[in-house]
Amino acid sequence: MWVDRLLEGLFDTLLMVGVSSLIALLVGVPMAVMLVTSDRGGIYAAPLLNRVLAAFVNLFRSVPFLILMVALIPFTRWVVGTTYGVWAAIVPLTIAATPFFARIAEVSLREVDHGLVEAAQAMGCRRWHIVWHVLLPEALPGIVGGFTITLVTLINSSAMAGAIGAGGLGDIAYRYGYQRFDSQIMLTVIAMLVALVALIQLGGDRLARGLNKR
Amino acid sequence: MSQSTARALQSPAPPRQAEHVDLRPDVSQAHVRFIGLGKTYPGQSQPALQGIDLNIRRGEIFGIIGRSGAGKSSLLRVINRLEQPTQGRVLIDQADIARYDEEALVALRRNIGMIFQHFNLMSAKTVWQNVELPLKVAGVAKAQRQRKVRELLQLVGLEDKHDVYPAQLSGGQKQRVGIARALVHDPSILLCDEATSALDPETTASILGLLRDINQRLSLTIVLITHEMAVVRDTCHRVAVLERGQLVEQGEVWQVFGAARHATTRTLLAPLQPTLPEALTADIKAAPSSPDSAIVLKLTAFGEPDLTALFAELGGRVRLLQGGVQSIGARTLAQLIVSVQHSPHDASRLLERTRRWAEDVEVLGHVG
Repeated sequence: MWVDRLLEGLFDTLLMVGVSSLIALLVGVPMAVMLVTSDRGGIYAAPLLNRVLAAFVNLFRSVPFLILMVALIPFTRWVVGTTYGVWAAIVPLTIAATPFFARIAEVSLREVDHGLVEAAQAMGCRRWHIVWHVLLPEALPGIVGGFTITLVTLINSSAMAGAIGAGGLGDIAYRYGYQRFDSQIMLTVIAMLVALVALIQLGGDRLARGLNKR
Repeated sequence: MSQSTARALQSPAPPRQAEHVDLRPDVSQAHVRFIGLGKTYPGQSQPALQGIDLNIRRGEIFGIIGRSGAGKSSLLRVINRLEQPTQGRVLIDQADIARYDEEALVALRRNIGMIFQHFNLMSAKTVWQNVELPLKVAGVAKAQRQRKVRELLQLVGLEDKHDVYPAQLSGGQKQRVGIARALVHDPSILLCDEATSALDPETTASILGLLRDINQRLSLTIVLITHEMAVVRDTCHRVAVLERGQLVEQGEVWQVFGAARHATTRTLLAPLQPTLPEALTADIKAAPSSPDSAIVLKLTAFGEPDLTALFAELGGRVRLLQGGVQSIGARTLAQLIVSVQHSPHDASRLLERTRRWAEDVEVLGHVG
């Protein structure tokens, strides 16, 4: 019975982290590309758009997750129709993770040697060719590393979301471990989280190393 | 021998024809032409380039030299519009490229290859993928891409490195990949941005050999910028010297190297010139102190120097202090520093006689 409950918690955590990280990846990478290419001297230089986008990203990154979660309750209700449960947690998790990941991916994209962009221009690449064939492949190891960090941060945040009734491992640890002083459950959940984070970090590092040809 | 030889070495004047008179062959043959070109970067008062008028002929290897910050890099990048000129015109095959939009630029750049000091290869792509990239983005069919990439990797001697990543290559091999990538669209112009500056002397020689070879075989116009004078001497046909964004000297390499007119050129060329032995530099005086004083002359002559003839002109006791003979393309340039003692001729007569032998004579001073 405990095992069932723990497994369900694990499944909920994986669902929350999985869905929100997937959306963060799909939205964050284009956002990072926009941040880099619209900057002054970038291939799609648009300083105004760049400033607006950067301000937007900073806004969401500067609000602590717990507060963001509460502040987003009306929005969450509008999107998923409820403010309770796994799907309700996914909304603020995604909104917190996307700008976070976009910033990390942006750093990797900025580290791509400008000489490579110049070489691409000189060989007759159009601008989107440069994004697709130069910026993204060259920054990929860094983006993978950044995504790993985002996943770990999401596990952390999902535990917080669990505490306000979203389910998941955090919820179990809080209710049984903290409120009922069941230290066995608490330790088991901690062990599971440690193992999960270690697994993600290991996989992410392996992948990033394999992709890095430098 | 010198003056007559020098005259014979110069290209003969074009024959005048009754019907079609080509008054400016340098213009009609121009592959790249700058007219009053200027470039000022935003926020800077000093222009990076100013009033550049220059014609680069089809099929030649043209060198641009100058100190760092003289504007070499900007001038080179104007040719494929990596830099946008702010003044004047740039004609390539008579077409003004200064106002090209992105579509026209893409087409232009596929006709102009470029190689870089730090190679600028994509680290995440194999050698094959790097060379293939320009064709891929141009939408060339796969079979044709494979044929072309194979052909070029063979040309640069890397047919066994197809699936290797650039990080595993030596500097010379990386530049060979860069050359293959630059030539994959069969361009008519190749731009070289300090292409050998990051390479050791031996590798530099082999890359320059490759550039000369493709210049001949593919009748490619090559424009290169470098701060290494030896690269210009060993590779270029003509050379231009930039100083603070302005063109201060241009001409055939053998002429500019033999008799540089501008101070900047002389400074740049100094490492290739014979200099007085250090012990003598301290002793040298502006005027002779006694009848036994020897006059020290620096002579520049084209062709293998006829020393018997030189001694006959100088008379007296001639000592060779320093000197050498170097080849520039098909020509030979001799530069000698000699001291002459007890010459039967007075100073002005001596110089006059020496000028019969040498293209350029410089009095360095007197010793003893």
